[in-house]
Parts: sequence; structure tokens; C-alpha cells
Amino acid sequence: MNTQPFLRMDDIHKRFGDLVASGGVTLEVEENEIHSLLGENGAGKSVLMNILCGVLSPNEGQIIYRGEPLRLGSPREAIRHGIGMVHQHFMLVPNLTVAENYVLGQGMPARVISNMRDVYARIRELSERYGLDVRPDALIQDLSVGEQQRVEILKVLFHGIDLLILDEPTAVLTPQETDRLLVLLRDLVKDGKTVIFISHKLDEVMTVSDRVSVMRDAKVVFTTRAADTNPRELARMMVGRDVLMELPRTNRTPGRTVFSVDGLSCDNEIGLPAVRNVSLEVREGEIVGIAGVSGNGQSELALAMTGLLPVTSGTISLNGEEISRLPPGEVNRRPIGHIPEDRHKMGIVLPLALTENVLLQRYNRPPFAKHGLLKFGTIAEHTRDLIRRFRVKASGEFDLIQNLSGGNQQKLVVARELARDPDFLLINQLTRGIDIGAMELVMQEVLKQREAGRAILLISTELEELFAICDRILVMFHGELVGELPPDRGRIEEMGLLMAGDRQEAARLAAART
Amino acid sequence: MEDVATLGFIATTIGATWRLATPLIFAAIGEVFSERAGVLNIGLEGVMLVGAFVGFATMFAYGSLPLGLASAVAAGAVVGLLFAFFTITIKADQIVVGAAINLLGMGLTAFLFRTYFVGTGRGVEIAQPLDIPGLSDLPFFGEAFFRHNAIVYSTLLVVVLAVVVLYKTSFGLTLRAVGEHPKAVDVVGRSVAAYRYGAVMIGTGLAGLGGAFLTLGHSNQFVENITSGRGFIALAVVVFARWSPVGAFFVAMLFGLFYALQLQLQAQPALNIPYQALQALPYVMTIVALVMVRNKGDTPKMLGVPYTKA
Repeated sequence: MNTQPFLRMDDIHKRFGDLVASGGVTLEVEENEIHSLLGENGAGKSVLMNILCGVLSPNEGQIIYRGEPLRLGSPREAIRHGIGMVHQHFMLVPNLTVAENYVLGQGMPARVISNMRDVYARIRELSERYGLDVRPDALIQDLSVGEQQRVEILKVLFHGIDLLILDEPTAVLTPQETDRLLVLLRDLVKDGKTVIFISHKLDEVMTVSDRVSVMRDAKVVFTTRAADTNPRELARMMVGRDVLMELPRTNRTPGRTVFSVDGLSCDNEIGLPAVRNVSLEVREGEIVGIAGVSGNGQSELALAMTGLLPVTSGTISLNGEEISRLPPGEVNRRPIGHIPEDRHKMGIVLPLALTENVLLQRYNRPPFAKHGLLKFGTIAEHTRDLIRRFRVKASGEFDLIQNLSGGNQQKLVVARELARDPDFLLINQLTRGIDIGAMELVMQEVLKQREAGRAILLISTELEELFAICDRILVMFHGELVGELPPDRGRIEEMGLLMAGDRQEAARLAAART
Repeated sequence: MEDVATLGFIATTIGATWRLATPLIFAAIGEVFSERAGVLNIGLEGVMLVGAFVGFATMFAYGSLPLGLASAVAAGAVVGLLFAFFTITIKADQIVVGAAINLLGMGLTAFLFRTYFVGTGRGVEIAQPLDIPGLSDLPFFGEAFFRHNAIVYSTLLVVVLAVVVLYKTSFGLTLRAVGEHPKAVDVVGRSVAAYRYGAVMIGTGLAGLGGAFLTLGHSNQFVENITSGRGFIALAVVVFARWSPVGAFFVAMLFGLFYALQLQLQAQPALNIPYQALQALPYVMTIVALVMVRNKGDTPKMLGVPYTKA
């Protein structure tokens, strides 16, 4: 067979400085299908789609669309070719009406807009045809997020798009809205449209797709028909990574409970339940892992534990003290170390020096400050010490942290948190975006902390990282802890099932082992 | 004392209100364009001074009122181009560049005035009130509304034009979007920078016209710092008017009333109020108005924020 696919993105490369966002991606999409693009955060899904809709241009590679090479200079050209994208952050102007947003940028600037009646009529017609319930005269700022998304989808249809790209459309939706969206997507395909659906939620992908491609480390690593795969396989493809070298680990009996969470629930930033009734405890000299596909409540759990997100119910206790209602500053004064998920957002301040970054939580107390004045000598010495011990590659302690590679930045964050001598260490993504060398070093350091009797909780989307250092692994799905497994690579199948929320099948597999 | 309450006093005050509001109306409506596109130009005062001076100098040299007004608009737009280059292309801080424009306007006009005009002592012929048959001679209403010059009446035209351009054209729609969600404009293939340049230059062109009214439609002379803070008051008018051109017209009228009252009351020695207190009235009311108007969330979201393409 020598038929051209509807769309072929061929060996696409895209780099931002040193960061490789697309490292030779090849993706084929058939006409009239829903093709899901699955991958963890940072796998390169959004960048690839921004290339396809003309927002970014690739460094290398070409796009063949309907048998013709496609060169896009702007999103406008993409729209002219019938390719449109619903961005994760909506491109709707809040103080304009739905109809005004649809005609934005159309026609000559000096033109008096006189065809609003026709625009309204077309919006009403399309809205009715797909059951979208969009009113053309509604102001965007008065609409809910779910409604705004329908407005965005209708906008793409309004512009007569054939290939519709949706970037994580369900991230902002309630379960009911999600169901409604998935039905809509099927209707669109029935009407002859083609849909590329970006997600990292396995269940949705399984429900809605005809075919699925998995992206990992800036490449498409796997494409299959949805009917020929299962959530377990997809989960494994998403997180799979080469096995790390075995790290030596002593057998150790955990001591007293240092940190415990009981019946904890909290909402995410848009007010939807994110963590549901989570209970766990972490003892001295033990590393507890939390596995799961991202977006299942792990981020919110970590924020709640550090006082950064209000808790709706349940308790968190450290050394027997209830801390769930304390403000973050107070939590920070307790012996808790926190290595956050996104170091650029929460872990470090890029334009500041290493010394200042080391100082972040303790700038106002001894040994770094006295009588309200910073003690520069002590700070510099402490920073030099951390740089040496963690082999941070920097030109000196006054180097700006933005000049360091991701791995060295992370080493400094880890070094800083460990130097606080915490009883409890919360780690969310220990090795994300760092090289193998740095990865091994930080993992060994964390293991040393275990030897020293610290209680450690490691939240990770990387199974290998969890298998390598954890004593036991909890699995999180839809905000709940759905199971616990030992760090046994032989039970990765069970792990996959739990990560996909299939408790029964996992239990059956576990029973079969014994 | 009885004088204060007479119809004649009221008619004169109303008439003066519109005249004194005229420079504010032009500058404020211009600033509405600029701020709706997300550019806060606090250099209005400097731009108005440039307009006042260039209008005056042109009139002085050529004796043509239309040419004087047109050159003031052009001079305002040129200063706007300078402001736009630094804030939009170079992405310098809008407040800092605006402050620099104010200093430039004050210094440059004072320098040029002293160099070429000081001591000439000659004024120019200013726009004369139009005689509208049947209306200008009406008792009370004639004095209040129908004895103005063409520049004052043209404020009505500017309001109508501003409403049409901002709310009825594709340009206006895009301009309003640029101040709220520039990326949404970028992805439909329109240049955010071009719209911002356009908005700033419309704004400064109108501010230049507002300045020229002071020398060509009100007093017949340029004096140093003739605007005396009107550019800053126009900024307050825009906030008070919630970024609406029609609102800007009426709020400017309100401030015009404060100016008029101040002048009229000074002419009433029987009142025994220190004239300094009266002179301060427009400025005090500016502060009161800004304190009273709370942010209702209709401030353009990207006001003051440079746009960088992804």
C-alpha cells in the first residue's frame, strides 16, 4: 500500500536553547479519526501541536498534509488550511462577546463590522447542530470554564476547520463536562472532522480514541489502535525509562512514625476535589513512594502537606503535632524539607545567586541572620560547602542559579533541603528533567538520608525512580490511594493496572501470584 | 453675594465649563485609545505642551488656524511615535518613558519659547465663537451652549468618532482585544505592536489637539507650562470614566465645571474664600474622584505590560 496519510509530521526537531522539545518526532494521523497524543508533562506534546498549528516553527523536519508539504508562517495560515487548535489557555478576550471573539482579526481593520446578524445566525446554527448551547451575545468573562471551552471549540468550527487539535481539554473540566466533551468529539468525527486529542489521562484516551500515540522524552515512542492496547500498556509506555543502575541499599527496620496523614481531602485551584480521603504514614528510616500518572492529585497532595493549599478535611501530623491548618510560614519552621515538583516555580529564584537561593526559607533566622542583618560570611561558607558536597557545577557561590543546568539546579535544591536536617522530607519529582549523573547523585543522597533515619515521601511519575529507592509504593488514582506494592519490578503489571484505576484486575493478578 | 445665584452666573459657568473641559476631552479620549490597547501614557502633559506650542508657533508663522491645529496633531503623533518606540519596540517601562516625555515636553517648549517668542509679547488670532442664528441669541441657553468656537463643538464629533471606531470597526475590536488578551490577537495573525503604535499615536495626536486648544482657542498666547497639570487630570478622567469615550466626555465636563467654578468664584470677592483654595479645586477633586472610584475590574488587563511573542 502506498497511500499517503492525511497528515504526516516527519522527523520534527524543535529546540529552545539547550532544551530539546522535539527530538525527531514522527507522527501520522488518518483522516476522520480521533488520534490521542499521550505523554507526561514535558514530553513534548504541546510543542509538537503548536508547530502543527503554526504558532511555532520547527528547526528541522516537514509536515505533509493532504499529500502536500505544509509550511506555516502563522496560525492564520494554519486556519486557512483547515487546521485549528483549542489551546490549553483559551484564546478568548474576556471583555468581548462570543461573536466578537469569532470575528476578531477578520477582514480589513477599517471595516465597520456590519455582518453581525449573519455571524449570530451561524453561531446559533452550529451551536444547535452540535448541541453546544453557546449564545453569541454572551460576554466571555461571564462564562464558566467549561462554557468557554465550548466557545473555543465552536470558534474552530466557525472558521471551517477540518483538523481540530485539543490541548489537554479535560484538565479544566468537571467529570460531567468531560463526558459531554468526549461525546462531542465523536460527533465531530461522524461529521467528517479529524481530531488530535492531547491528554495524559488514560481512561479518557481509551474511551475516545481510534488510535493513540505515546510521547516520551520529546519523541513519539509508540503508536497503536486503541482497540489493540490497554491502559496498563499505555501507562508503561508513558513512564518507561531505561532501568537505572542498582543502588545499594541496606535492610532497615523502620522506626517510629514521623509523619502521618489521615483522611485528607482538598480541592484543586479551580475548586474541584483533587485529593480524596488520603491516609498514609511515613516512619523513620523509610522511603515511601507515591506512584501515579500525573494529574491524579499528587500535586495538590504535596501542596496540602506543606501548607500551601487549604485542606477541606482530615489531618496532617508531624512528630505528633497537627499541622494541616498552619500557615505555610509556620510549616516551614518545622523540620520539613520540601523538594517541589517544579523547581523554577517553587524551588528556586532564577535571577538570584546560589547563596541567595540557599537562603530562601531561612533568610530571617540563625545561623544566616542576626538582629535582622544577613551574615554574608556564614551564608557564603555554607553555600560553598553544599556546592562541594553535592558536586554542583557552578563558577562559584555567587553565580546566578539561572546559569546552571537543570541537574545542577536540582542538586542545589536537594542539598539545601537536606542541609536543613529535616525529620520529614517531601519530594515531588526527584529527577525530572535532569541528566543521568545528577540523577544518581541525588538518589544516593536521598538514600543516605534514609540511613540517617529520616522519614521520606517520594511522589513520582517515574516508576524506575520509585523502584530504585522506595521501601514501599502507594499508587494514586483520581485523588485516592488505590493500592500499595513493594518495589518489585516483577509486579509492574499490577502497578500499571492500579495506575489506570483498575483495582479488581490488579487484585486478581495479585491473587494469582500467591 | 446675590450674584452667585443669578441665572447669568449659571449660564456663564456652564459656558466656561465646556470650554475648560475641551482640552481634557481631547486628551482623555485619546488616552482611552492608548490604554484600551494596553499602553499607559503618563506623558500626556508633555504631549499637550508640545501641541500647545507647535500649534501656537505655526499659527504665528502662517496665520492659518486649520494649519496650526493640524500641526499640533502631527506634533503630538510624532511624540507618540517616540514614546511607542521606547515602550513597545524597546519594551522600556511605560511610566519611566512617560515621565521622560513630560520632562522633554516641558523643557523643549520652554526652551523654544524663550528662544523665539519671549519678549515679542504678541498673541495670535484665536478661533472665534460661531454665531449660530437663532440659537446664540437665546437668553441663558445662548450664553451656556451656543457661543463657542468650532474647536469646542468638535469635541462632540470626536466622541462620536471614538465610539464608532472603538465599538463598530474591526480595528476597534482588535484594539480592545490587544489590551486584554494580546496573544489572542497574535494567533489570528494581527500584529499586537502595530495596533499599539496606532493606539498610542491616536492618543497623542488628540492630546496635541487638546494642547493646541489652549493657545488657539482659549488664550491667544503660549506661556511656559500652560497646561498646568491638565495632562495628569486627563489620566484621572480616563480612570474615572472607566475607559469609555462617552464617559470621558462627561467626566471631563465635570472637571471643566470645577475649573469654571474656580474662576467664577474668584471673581466674587464677597465670598471671602482665599483664591488659592479655589485654584486647588480641580486638583483636589481629581484626588477625591480617584479615591471614590474603586476598581471594578474593567481596567484593561494588560495595561502597562509589554507584549512578547512566544
